[in-house]
This record gives sequence, C-alpha cells and structure tokens, in this order.
Amino acid sequence: MAVTGLILIGYLLAHMYGNLKIFAGAEAFNEYAHHLRALGEPLLPHTGALWIIRVVLLISVLGHMYAAFNLWSRAHKARGGTRRYYSHKSRTGVQRTYASFTLRWGGVVILLFVIYHLLHLTWNIIHPGGAAAEPYDRVVNGFQIWSVVLAYTIAMIAVGFHVRHGTWSALTTLGANTSSLARRRLNVLAYAVAGLVTVGFLLPPFAILFGFVS
Amino acid sequence: MNVTLRVWRQANGRAKGKMAIYRVNDISEDMSFLEMLDVLNERLTLQGDDPIAFDSDCREGICGMCGLVINGVAHGPQQTTTCQLHMRSFSDGDVIDVEPWRADPFPVIKDLVVDRSAFDRIIQAGGYISAPTGTAPDAHATPVPKRDADRAFDAATCISCGACVAACPNGSAMLFTAAKITHLGLLPQGQPERYSRVVGMVAQHDAEGFGGCTNIGECTAVCPKAIPFETISRLNRDLISALTHGGSHWPRAAPKGETEVDEED
Ligand code: HEM
Ligand code: FES
Repeated sequence: MAVTGLILIGYLLAHMYGNLKIFAGAEAFNEYAHHLRALGEPLLPHTGALWIIRVVLLISVLGHMYAAFNLWSRAHKARGGTRRYYSHKSRTGVQRTYASFTLRWGGVVILLFVIYHLLHLTWNIIHPGGAAAEPYDRVVNGFQIWSVVLAYTIAMIAVGFHVRHGTWSALTTLGANTSSLARRRLNVLAYAVAGLVTVGFLLPPFAILFGFVS
Repeated sequence: MNVTLRVWRQANGRAKGKMAIYRVNDISEDMSFLEMLDVLNERLTLQGDDPIAFDSDCREGICGMCGLVINGVAHGPQQTTTCQLHMRSFSDGDVIDVEPWRADPFPVIKDLVVDRSAFDRIIQAGGYISAPTGTAPDAHATPVPKRDADRAFDAATCISCGACVAACPNGSAMLFTAAKITHLGLLPQGQPERYSRVVGMVAQHDAEGFGGCTNIGECTAVCPKAIPFETISRLNRDLISALTHGGSHWPRAAPKGETEVDEED
C-alpha cells in the first residue's frame, strides 16, 4: 500500500508539472507531449520510456487496489461486520482527520475518474468540446465545458484528501514517524503535497474555463 | 445526580444481545463509573434481576482489566481507564451508552465482558526475553542510555486493556503490539530476539484476525497510558529490517485459539 501509493504520488507530481506547461502555450505543451514519447531515445525505442512508466503505473495501481481491498476486508471482519457500536455519539471519532474517512470510497471515485480521464485525454474515445489531433487542443476544447471542469474538480478534491492521508500514512508505514515532532512534520508535509497536487491540477481547467488560456 | 444508561446485555457468547435501558438515581459525582455500575447491580440483584457483567480488578488504573465503550469512545470521555473515570465527567440527566469492546478477536463472554486472550497469544509469540536463571545480575551491570530507558518505559506502561482495538476503525491491535516491540527492542536485554520477535508477534496479530493499521491514530487518542504513536513506526522499521534480511527460520503464527508457541529451529 505504502510503496505503490508513493509511486503514484510521484507520478501525480510529474503529471501535474507537465500539465502546467499549458501556460507556456500550445507549442511548448505539444512539444512536451511529443518529448515524453521520445524520452530515452536512442537507447530505448520510440515511446519506450513511456511504456515503462505505464507498466510501472499499472502494476502500482493494481497492487494498490489489491492492498486496499485486503485492508478493507480485514477491517470489516475485525470490526465484526458493519454495525459495530450502537452509540452514535462519536461518529467523527476522537481525533481522526476528515481525510481518513475518505480513503476507501475516495479511492473508488479516483478509479472511476481515471477511467473517464483515460477515455477522454489519452485514448480520445470521448471528446467533449470536439475532437482534435493535438493534445493542447483536446485539453482546451474539453475544459471549455463547465460540467467537464466540475467532474475534474470533484475528482481532484478526492485526490487531495487521498493524498493528504496517504502521504502521512505511507511514510509512517515505512517508519518515518519517529517522534511527536516527526509526526507534526509529516502531517505538514502531507498537507503541503495534497494542497500542491489539488491546486496544481485544477489551475489549467479553471484557466481555460475562464478564458485565460485558449 | 441521575443518569439513564443504555447498556449492552448479552446472556452469553452465542446469544443475541441488545441495548437495555436503566435509570440510575441519586449517585454521587465522586463515584467512579464502575462504582455507579455497582450501585445499579446491587439494585438489580435486590430486584432478583441478573446484574450486569463487567470486568475490573485493581480499580486504580494499572491492571487493564476494565474497559467499556462509553458513548462510542473506548474508556469514555477522559483519556484514562474506565475505573478511573468519574461521574463528574457527565451531567445530571445524561443518557450514557455503555458497550463492550467490539472486535472479532475479542468475543463477548457476557454483557460487557470480552475474551482478550488473543493478546496473550500475541505476547507468547515474541513479547518476552530469554534470560538465564540463577542469581539476578546487578541492575546497573548493563548501562542503558537515559533516553532509551525513558522511551522503553513509556512503551512498557501498556496495560493491555485493548482500548486501541476497540477504538481502531480497522480493528487493529498494532498499538498494543508496537508497545511491546518498542519496550523490549530499545533495551539491551531485548536485542537477541529483536527481529524474530517482530515477525512472530505481527504474524500472530494477523492470525488472530485483527485488522491492518492505516495510521488513523484513534488508538493513541484513547490509550489510558498514552502509548506514543511512534511505536508503530518503530515496529514497521523492525519488521522491514527483519523481512529484508530474514530467512526461513522466522517464527510462524500459532493457529488461532492455541496457546503454545512454535519451536524455533
Ligand atoms: C485506483 C484507484 C484507487 C483506489 C481504489 C485506492 C484505494 C486506496 C485505499 C482503499 C486506501 C486505503 C488505505 C487506508 O484505509 O488508509 C489507499 C491508500 C493510499 N492511497 Fe490510494 N487508491 C487509489 C488511487 C490512488 C492514487 C491515484 C494515489 C496516488 C496519488 C494513491 C495513493 C495512496 C497512498 C499513498 C495511500 C496510503 C498508503 C498507506 O497507508 O500506506 N491512491 N488507497
Ligand atoms: S480495573 Fe484495573 S485498570 Fe481498571
């Protein structure tokens, strides 16, 4: 869970950086997309590096989902089913974060989003706003539609919560929570990464929706 | 003060339980929560009803026998044991929900009493040191840095009450297990078995049916001994070291319900 989660967070940061190139203009953005395919040449064949990344991502996502399902079913059994305590006076727990409630269903939301996202911008099977040959135009066409921006916004909020608890939890699982000071620092780091990812991913869609990028 | 209790009643492990309502009048706010239950039980006994079964022993917060989920929180509104919780933490007229620890590895025996022997089996799987018998060595024969001694002691204060499990959304006993790993792993006497201990205890923890830790932290917030959260990272570090340097000789979990420890080869 922790290792695959951190790989996915690393990917998110790289992906977000790439998306922000939209602000450098159509040429820079399309150039970046082409460059990704040429990465590693001539050592690797065309799109070779990209495929390595894709395979690592796929393995990580599958491993992450397997671990999530395993934790989920173990927890369900250990709690003795769905109904644990009759008292409803402590529904929000003693100190737990809101993010920690969202991990499981939030993960499912993210999975559905990723499928939609791949259909839209990677495979170009659905093309809200009109089909286009160049990645830049696909992005700009899509995000001129408010409902598309809304769907991306909901998904990115889910990602934000997921990464908030995930960053903290993964680093703790790997042994980084060594003192109460370390705990505070890990939590600050987790909020920072989550905020960065959420805002960073949402900047391009909103910039397009409000006409700053066209 | 007067309070209304909604208490879990269950005749035995196989019976279906339910919440029952009792009014308890004229109690002193200086009574402990358990003394308040004693008052109610005296009345039930006089009426010829079955008194409410609950566990307790020392009633001074050191044995770990008592443990109730009060208003949905393990040990109730104060971060202490149920026996050290006083009625002044409640208000006149309150409705108070009282339930047993709920976890599959802690089956209910009767009413509010649960069987926590799963914890004993986790301890048997590695929560000890092997020491030669004979004359006790001088206490200061092996120096221990002050910082290590303090941190080991913080972890050693665990009274195995099980509140961590009752509070954990995953039903995990990681805090309990980590407290023992930290206590013994920080001291020189605990070094020879340090890595087989963590592998054995975690394997037993999982075999007992406790859930996996996802670092939510509800356990430390209800722990009457404030076992620090960082014990869990320490356990994980020892586990990662053990598994990356380990071999086929690591101990395996004893089947659930058995109390012997596997022979190590
Ligand atoms: C494919 C859809 C996904 C599903 C179904 C999913 C599901 C889950 C679940 C159920 C957990 C729960 C662990 C817990 O209860 O604390 C979790 C943890 C985590 N997730 Fe995801 N997730 C998904 C996508 C992602 C993505 C895209 C990332 C990267 C940004 C990510 C990063 C993490 C991290 C770092 C953790 C914490 C690992 C740990 O506790 O050690 N997840 N995920
Ligand atoms: S009865 Fe001993 S700790 Fe409460």
